[in-house]
Amino acid sequence: MLIFEKSRPGRGCSTLPACDVEVVRPKERDKRELKLHMPELSEVELSRHYTELAKKSHGVNDGFYPLGSCTMKYNPRINEEIAALPGFKEIHPLQPEHTVQGCLEVLKRSEEALCEITGMDAMTLQPAAGAHGEFTGLLLMKAYHHSRGDQKRTKIIVPDSAHGTNPASAAMAGYSVVSIPSGPDGCVDLKKLREAVGDDIAGLMLTNPNTVGLFDKNILEITDIVHECGGLCYYDGANLNAVMGTVRPGDMGFDVIHLNLHKTFSTPHGGGGPGSGPVGCKACLAEFLPSVRVDGEEVLRLTKAEHGIGEVKSFYGNFLVVVRALTYIMTLGREGITEASQNAVLNANYMMHKLKEQYQMAYDEVCMHEFVMSLSDLKKSTGVSAMDIAKGLLDHEIHPPTMYFPLIVEEALMVEPTETESKETIDEAVGVFRELYELAVKDAERLHNAPVSTPVGRLDEVKAARHPVLRYSFDV
Amino acid sequence: MELRAELKYSKSHEWVKEEGDIVVIGLTDYAQSELGDLVFVNLPEEGDEVNVGDSFADVESVKAVSDVYAPVSGVICEVNEELLDAPEKMNEAPYDAWLVKVKDITEKEELLTAEEYQAFVESEQD
Amino acid sequence: MGSYVPNTKEERTAMLSEIGFQSMEELFGHIPDEVKVKDGLKIPEGMSELEVRRAMKKIADKNQIFPTIFRGAGAYRHYIPAMVNNVISKENLQTAYTPYQAEISQGILQSIFEYQTMICDLTGMDASNASVYDGATAAAEGIAMCRERKRNKAFISAAVLPATLEVVKTYCFGNEIELEVIPEKNGVTDIEYLKEHIDTAAACVYIQHPNYYGNLEDAAAIGNIVHEAGAKFIMGVNPISLGILKTPKEYGADVAVGDGQPLGLPLAFGGPYLGFMACVGSMTRKLPGRIVGQTTDQKGNTGYVLTLQAREQHIRREKASSNICSNQALCALAVGVYLASMGSKGLENAAVQCTSKAHYMARRLEEIGFCVENQTEFFHEFVTVSEKPAKEILSALEKQGILGGYPLDDHRILWCCTEMNTKEEIDGTISILKEV
Repeated sequence: MLIFEKSRPGRGCSTLPACDVEVVRPKERDKRELKLHMPELSEVELSRHYTELAKKSHGVNDGFYPLGSCTMKYNPRINEEIAALPGFKEIHPLQPEHTVQGCLEVLKRSEEALCEITGMDAMTLQPAAGAHGEFTGLLLMKAYHHSRGDQKRTKIIVPDSAHGTNPASAAMAGYSVVSIPSGPDGCVDLKKLREAVGDDIAGLMLTNPNTVGLFDKNILEITDIVHECGGLCYYDGANLNAVMGTVRPGDMGFDVIHLNLHKTFSTPHGGGGPGSGPVGCKACLAEFLPSVRVDGEEVLRLTKAEHGIGEVKSFYGNFLVVVRALTYIMTLGREGITEASQNAVLNANYMMHKLKEQYQMAYDEVCMHEFVMSLSDLKKSTGVSAMDIAKGLLDHEIHPPTMYFPLIVEEALMVEPTETESKETIDEAVGVFRELYELAVKDAERLHNAPVSTPVGRLDEVKAARHPVLRYSFDV
Repeated sequence: MELRAELKYSKSHEWVKEEGDIVVIGLTDYAQSELGDLVFVNLPEEGDEVNVGDSFADVESVKAVSDVYAPVSGVICEVNEELLDAPEKMNEAPYDAWLVKVKDITEKEELLTAEEYQAFVESEQD
Repeated sequence: MGSYVPNTKEERTAMLSEIGFQSMEELFGHIPDEVKVKDGLKIPEGMSELEVRRAMKKIADKNQIFPTIFRGAGAYRHYIPAMVNNVISKENLQTAYTPYQAEISQGILQSIFEYQTMICDLTGMDASNASVYDGATAAAEGIAMCRERKRNKAFISAAVLPATLEVVKTYCFGNEIELEVIPEKNGVTDIEYLKEHIDTAAACVYIQHPNYYGNLEDAAAIGNIVHEAGAKFIMGVNPISLGILKTPKEYGADVAVGDGQPLGLPLAFGGPYLGFMACVGSMTRKLPGRIVGQTTDQKGNTGYVLTLQAREQHIRREKASSNICSNQALCALAVGVYLASMGSKGLENAAVQCTSKAHYMARRLEEIGFCVENQTEFFHEFVTVSEKPAKEILSALEKQGILGGYPLDDHRILWCCTEMNTKEEIDGTISILKEV
């Protein structure tokens, strides 16, 4: 039941005292006439409403969450407590500099650590999410080319296996997109890349490991090809959890990167956000970084880059998310960061190894932190699709892998166990996957009808999109 | 797959009906069945110019979007706004659910007859 | 060193050998040596939880917490009911990803549907998305959604938050929308200028209400001018003010955006906040980002799903109007809980207290020789001009634990009052200022 349906006129919570000064109200011209319909519930009803909503949700703490490309690792509790410290939470963003030295220290330390982990020279923490970081990074590239009087570079190369945000960000930054097909091994097709480069190319966007979970061994050659044509290389940090401490994007020839603190650096996803998408770059791009950065040793101060692209968001980014990420980095430290990545890769390979007896792997070789299965043979023989297997997992309280991505693999399921899952959890999940495979062969119909144990069954998405109901209607 | 003898067809799966100087364009039955349940159509505006081979509209299913290409060059003189509220018509009655009418025709791509289109679809499926 | 990897060294070795590897080095053996990190990362060693807590607490203690705040300028201190933090700390909600799997995400989806309804009701609009990053990016996205093939120019008032103007400029540098700033006149948007300069190339006009100086714009008049030119009218609004001020809908806006921070989110040195976006029904499919819709399952049960997804980047790719993927979902949840805790009366009360206290303080400041610059009606912010330098005034307050208004220049200060400021606090501040 919606909160509005539980509302009863006259009920409410006692939040504010009476006004202790003479009451002023807006004049006729600006007075609200439309009736407000905020819910009227007592505190106990309100509390139970949200407890009920929480019960109908599945977070990392509810069970295994191998959602490929999303890095659903455990969100450490200490991070939450640190982010709730009044010394961070109650600070106005426009306080004088000498009263926010602690906040500036958080920004400075975070920038230093993240630059070291990625092999970059400078970083902005202002972007609020990965896609926002992509947009920011592309604008750095645009500003760089323009500063050299080079306006003819109007295209960005994006592999066809890329996440949808890559081409969408390129378009927002005013670029047209050149999509290049992946080779049969899922990696960049060097021949196609060579054909695509030229003096109209502003740069290339790439993840490594790529979106099928493989490390592209030709990476130095790839970044060389782009640099030789005068373009820049953009690293999408979505998959950084595979290589932290082992490989740095900066050492692979990338000039600009974004990170997803809400993936790699353990901050919670919050049901879709807030995230944080810091953008790092090599020294040659630092003068174009947006907004302010922190400078100084004893006394910290905010400084603006000389030819910055401006602001991409208000203030200093999703600061409390950065606080959580810094807490995580300080906890893990030099060795822990590397250990996290190594075990993310170990868990993925272990799970892939156990599953490949039955499930068809899209690329049967050593993977990084995630792997992609193709269920197209299973679908042909049994009619059971990737979607059906995913829905079957829901009845076992496992969050399904990412479905139908990357687009270059048919009936794809993309599995990312992360390093914070134990061997037993993975073994159990493998057991469930096997059970579902057998069920697909024996009784496909049951999987077509899954899930059966969730608060609702499969929902009619066609109806939702054809005749959208996007809000509760108070008139009815 | 339903076909209508009186219509012409394009290789990008649009049907074309000539009504005097005006050309009516819609999606074929084959196209709608391949696309699945259609949930929305982005239509051009009256007065927009279209050219052979250009995308002039797109249709959305829940998880995909597909371009619709112009088999003729001319000026859009009417769009079927009814489809905005009832996109299901493109699935239920594809040959009644026209998308646009085009006038001032300056160019036409080589269109197929019903038999030719059927053969084309069959060859594509192989 | 701290660690969140459950498997012991022995277990890892066993797992490695089960898949045919002797060591981690061998597992990573396919990565070319040339790109590998040689001597480890140059960051400090890890720490235990207690050490990290001490270290971070020490950093937090370097910040000064002001018990009394008269500063807004884009970030507002309001009362946050206890319910808000309680709900957003619930792990099932906090640690979930985007609700792609609707069957196990009904709680989150329903909360977004409720949030969308509240934003629509607050603004008078027909459709709302599930949030964007903040008020400034909401303004930029709002402008982008009004763009049409033949209309590639946007007008923005100079009397908006500086951050909003800066972010809009950056987005326009990217998407190559032509941007023209409408100058301000006497603290409000220069309507005559707009009348003279708007033409058929204009896609939209953006104003903020109340504006940067707290002033109420003649929004209805601006709306008429915008619509006569066939452009869209976007209003950036303070959501608390909507408890008593006319809605964007009533002023004739097509799109309403704003920062949701005043609705239950802490100051937090600038974030995370939330951008809300709502619009009239005819523009629904132009909204960027996620949208939740109501539907049914096979048995007829009501349920909620992410819908109209074909607008978004994961389907439309480079043709999508926005690249937004992650939004500020947990902040949207906080906003929903805040509005439900306040109720219609509570929100109205908060708005009345904000404007009442601001007017009281403005009057008291005038009594002691400050000149209030606002020539029109204002909501909860106002500008004073004083002979004494702003710097001296603010530093005198700072010594008493009071964060005064935001200095606009050497002698002008932008003050803000909310329901958090008591009469006693205001009177005390006036006494201190009398001494300066």
